[in-house]
Amino acid sequence: MSEAISALAGANTEGFARVSELGLHGMITVRGNQSDAAFAKAVCAVAGVDALPAIRKMVGTLEGGIAWMSPDELMVFVPYSQVVERVGQLNETLAGQHFLAVNVSDARAVFGIDGAAAREVLAKIAPVDLSPEAFGVGDLRRTRISQIAAAFWMSGEESFRLVCFRSVAEYAFKLLGTSAAKGGEVGYF
Amino acid sequence: MLTLQCPYCGVMAEETELSAGGEAHLKRFGPGSTDADFETYMFMRENPKGVHFERWRHANGCGKWFHAARCTVTLEVFGTYPAQTSVPPADLLDKIRAARPGFKWREFE
Ligand SMILES: [Zn+2]
Repeated sequence: MSEAISALAGANTEGFARVSELGLHGMITVRGNQSDAAFAKAVCAVAGVDALPAIRKMVGTLEGGIAWMSPDELMVFVPYSQVVERVGQLNETLAGQHFLAVNVSDARAVFGIDGAAAREVLAKIAPVDLSPEAFGVGDLRRTRISQIAAAFWMSGEESFRLVCFRSVAEYAFKLLGTSAAKGGEVGYF
Repeated sequence: MLTLQCPYCGVMAEETELSAGGEAHLKRFGPGSTDADFETYMFMRENPKGVHFERWRHANGCGKWFHAARCTVTLEVFGTYPAQTSVPPADLLDKIRAARPGFKWREFE
């Protein structure tokens, strides 16, 4: 068995906020009817959370959590070492129902943006209102950062987590790093 | 900058999150249709100066297709609504009638 490595092997850069590639995470794209109780229960069990996220929310963490991606799509986060097993668990529990679960762990990259001015790093590159009144802990947006698609959520008062396609991980890292570079502070929020 | 509210995720999406999908409420004429119907379906489009109905996709977002009604002259947006319909919602048509008395777009007026 070859050794799995993440897109940028944990690269990080320190500006007015810290940008880090966060290594391997188990990610499962799940599509199905979110208002179906059996579906919700099965997905929550796999992620280890109590309830599905509300619209544009993230519940839990990268080690066990669910991100709202669209009215019929969720992203489930589990430890990388357990992702194959958890997909199997979903397929078993929901057998016969109309749903889809795919392991996308090796097709995505995960970044952290940490620091008191973390909001500014994303506000400069995404068409999203990131003011404290409009975007708080647990809020999630699926949007674009400069020229690539990305989803991000606020994981703490001074931290964001961001997921993008692995194929554009280097672009994302350089973009985030440039946006966070010292001297680029805006001080708007 | 055009801003449309995605009826699926509620986001006030500015145009760089969206991709345009052309005219709304086209009826497809495929194999077996007459040449005239097929030509109309394929090529003939409204080109209004005023109220227009369009398809848009929240491409850099939730990914869903939706409809929008807006004015091509002032860029006023009358409203957006989900794609699972072949006619604009009645309340939206009322709103447009109030804002643009006498408007006509295909069979809607
Ligand atoms: Zn949307």
